[in-house]
Amino acid sequence: MRKIIVFITVMTIFGAQSCLAIESLAPEKDFKAFRGFFIKRFPKVPLDDFVNGPYSMNQDMRKQWIEKEELPPYDFSVDRGKELFSAQFKNGKTFADCFPNKGVGIRQNYPFFDEKKNEVVTLELAINRCLEANGEKPYSYLNDDMAAVTAYMAFTSRGKPFDIKVPNNPRALEAYESGKQYFYQRRGQLNFSCASCHVQNPGERIRGEMLAPALGILNAMPIYRSEWGGMGTISRRFTSCNSQVRATPLEPQDSSYRNLEYYLSYMSNGLPISGPGARP
Amino acid sequence: MPSTIRVRAIAGTETTEVQVLIQHPMDSGFVKDAQGNLIPAHHIETVQFEAGGKTVFTALWGPAVSKDPFVKFSFKGAKKGDDLKITWVDNMGATDTTTAKIQ
Amino acid sequence: MFRTASIVALVVFLLTIGADSSIAQSGESDYKAAYGSALAANTKAGELKNQWTRTGSSLVAAHKAAAAGDYAQAVQFSREAEALANASIAQTEREKTLWKESEIH
Repeated sequence: MRKIIVFITVMTIFGAQSCLAIESLAPEKDFKAFRGFFIKRFPKVPLDDFVNGPYSMNQDMRKQWIEKEELPPYDFSVDRGKELFSAQFKNGKTFADCFPNKGVGIRQNYPFFDEKKNEVVTLELAINRCLEANGEKPYSYLNDDMAAVTAYMAFTSRGKPFDIKVPNNPRALEAYESGKQYFYQRRGQLNFSCASCHVQNPGERIRGEMLAPALGILNAMPIYRSEWGGMGTISRRFTSCNSQVRATPLEPQDSSYRNLEYYLSYMSNGLPISGPGARP
Repeated sequence: MPSTIRVRAIAGTETTEVQVLIQHPMDSGFVKDAQGNLIPAHHIETVQFEAGGKTVFTALWGPAVSKDPFVKFSFKGAKKGDDLKITWVDNMGATDTTTAKIQ
Repeated sequence: MFRTASIVALVVFLLTIGADSSIAQSGESDYKAAYGSALAANTKAGELKNQWTRTGSSLVAAHKAAAAGDYAQAVQFSREAEALANASIAQTEREKTLWKESEIH
């Protein structure tokens, strides 16, 4: 009897402690499992190469992409982004006044969790908040100006590893968890989740397109997509993925999308920013 | 207005390789907008490449060429430091030109 | 005799147009009920952040058919929309727990 009581007491204490431990380590645990899954599935792909999406999955596409990168289609957008970034607002300030390090080489830190407002702040959101705070009209999240500015900012961070932080507080963990659930939940009339394509079928084709692995999937954003004949932001990609599975897209930068971006970016910590990118 | 033409021209031992990216909508004239109206054809018709006073390459384009077209070709007879002049003209009469040094 | 015949004809005529408009009215009220029901379901799906694009287009088609006076078709589209909306709600309910099965561990 005494042995049983001791045993139960020890297990309860141990259980409680490990519960607390698991709670705060959940993102780290997920991170290891996520990365491990893709490394195991694609042993020939160097870790950093996952950021190249379909080009890490197919040699022929890769060859064409490497050729294209000599004079890439997003070139014009980066230049336009630099122009917009350096231009003065009506009140004399610039984007540099809104961001740490004058906005140069910081893309890899977004999204971050704003502990005062208890929300995820993405780069696109921060850009529009900067415009509004300075009396300027915000950009449409789907259009060329937002793509241009994020393209320029991504370009200044090329090669820098994603460095997303999930602070050990309940609201941040909630946002992270919400993003994770969104990623795995099926939606739309076609009943697909993000995972259906990007975890279960990377390297496979969906109609004419080759699917990218979820690991490193945001590192190349924004992208010049041949299918779009132009640039697309993360907002554009999320909303169009939704409508492609016949789910009515949410408003760009809806909290669900921001949490999703938070989760995906954290999963790609340590992988280099390769944006802006070119895709088929 | 910023140039619509990006060039990379590199002289090799025998040939010079030229890569050009041009910013242009290249509307075929067959596509409809969200309201159902045809977007009028607006595409480049000719691209001329001149080096050493001669035309070394002419491209005749039309509705089948995609937006923001890219062209790559090689030619003989030029060397590093020579000028390469590129001019395009579209079906609406618009044009742009640039001169780049062969590297 | 003429008088009886004309009274009968008048009564038949009145009954006919009366019947027509009540059929038309029942068609319209059926549509309004069906459409309202579908819209409510799709609104709920919206609160769950999982509306389907086809639900929306069926609602639009129902509205168009009703505007053209084809209430039978409008009711059909509305019922379709409601079924799609309910399916989207059911999907959200399922996925509250089912998502874990796809999670990488």
